[in-house]
Amino acid sequence: MLNRSFHLEIRTPEQLIYEGDVTSINAPGVEGNFQILAGHIPFLTALEVGEIRIRESETPQLMATSGGVFEVLRTGVTVLVEAAEWASEIDVERAESALDRAQAQLSANAPDLNRPRAEAALARAQNRIKVASNL
Amino acid sequence: MATLREIRRRIASIQNIEQVTDAMRVVAAARLRRAQENIVATRPYAEKLNTILGHLISQMDAEEQALTHPLLETREIKHVCIISVSGDRGLCGSFNSNVIRTTTERIEHYQESGADVTLICIGRRGQEHFNRRGYDITDSYINIFRQLEFQTAVDVVHEFEHLYTDKKIDKVEVVYNNFKSAILQTVLVEQLLPLEPEIPEGDKLFLDYIYEPGQVELFEMLLGKHLNMQMWKVLLDSNAAEQAARMAAMENATQKAKELIDELILQRNRARQTQITTEISEIVSGAAALEG
Repeated sequence: MLNRSFHLEIRTPEQLIYEGDVTSINAPGVEGNFQILAGHIPFLTALEVGEIRIRESETPQLMATSGGVFEVLRTGVTVLVEAAEWASEIDVERAESALDRAQAQLSANAPDLNRPRAEAALARAQNRIKVASNL
Repeated sequence: MATLREIRRRIASIQNIEQVTDAMRVVAAARLRRAQENIVATRPYAEKLNTILGHLISQMDAEEQALTHPLLETREIKHVCIISVSGDRGLCGSFNSNVIRTTTERIEHYQESGADVTLICIGRRGQEHFNRRGYDITDSYINIFRQLEFQTAVDVVHEFEHLYTDKKIDKVEVVYNNFKSAILQTVLVEQLLPLEPEIPEGDKLFLDYIYEPGQVELFEMLLGKHLNMQMWKVLLDSNAAEQAARMAAMENATQKAKELIDELILQRNRARQTQITTEISEIVSGAAALEG
């Protein structure tokens, strides 16, 4: 039971969000939430919009993500997400205004509405609000 | 010959211009540094994404690799979408005009071969130019470079991806300024869709993963991410190139202003001397007349 932690790297195209040793990570896979502990076999999956929870020791740290790729290798875990924000850094007001905007667009249902884009924006805003409230 | 006062006024106004262009140069230099940092910051993500794609491809057999993904599908080219990436502001040398010229050439090229062209304009300069001339613009993005966000790249990709999968367009290409270095920027035309995946070298030594969902689904998802990343690189490059071009243009302008000021100072001194000489000779001849 030695060495129960593993190396984790979380990146967005814009920056390195987290790098360090953790004991566990929970992530929103496309086929459901999952948890990875040290010693997992190589694993590749896609992530949904949702919440990532990492644990260095006792207290978990939360972040909101908009989906990406999750790779487990023997050497550690790499998470590539297109956007990620620590729960403590989420601007709830901005998320709420984004939510209102997306809802307004969807209910107005203009003919040139890019529906998938508006729905994705809605899901992202809802997720950010939810993650911030989980803190 | 200009009068002394006129010369003095010109010197003052050119000194003002010099101050402004020099300030703009400093601002552009700072922005360029930030833009270059952004390019560097994105590299590890891009490399890792390529490695994962490589791992995945090395595990797929030939049959699976010959995918029929909608983004890989090649069709007869009837409708083309050109993404023209210019800047929001001028005073940056030939940065905007180069993009506009190359875009126009591409439009003409496709029109000659019987395809119609629609534009996605990024940057106000290009948008205004093409809008005024009545080109067909599907979408435009203005003022995105001040606070460049990855989400913008995703939005642009969403826009043309959706047109492509709906078969409203058969080809997507992007025209932008490539940032080679602080002194060299070149206009590039790159094809975005259909994707021509330069399949990364498969890592044969790599042991297999567990996949969730299947390999093919993951591969398709990664292609989407790859496309977002390409668009993001274009935006970052164009931004850095714009700042570099502006920096060079403003440096030239400042230099020219300095030369002009030197020349005018010379003229001013000459005019002043002439004036003094005239005054003295007037006094002398006046005194001589009195003595006479």
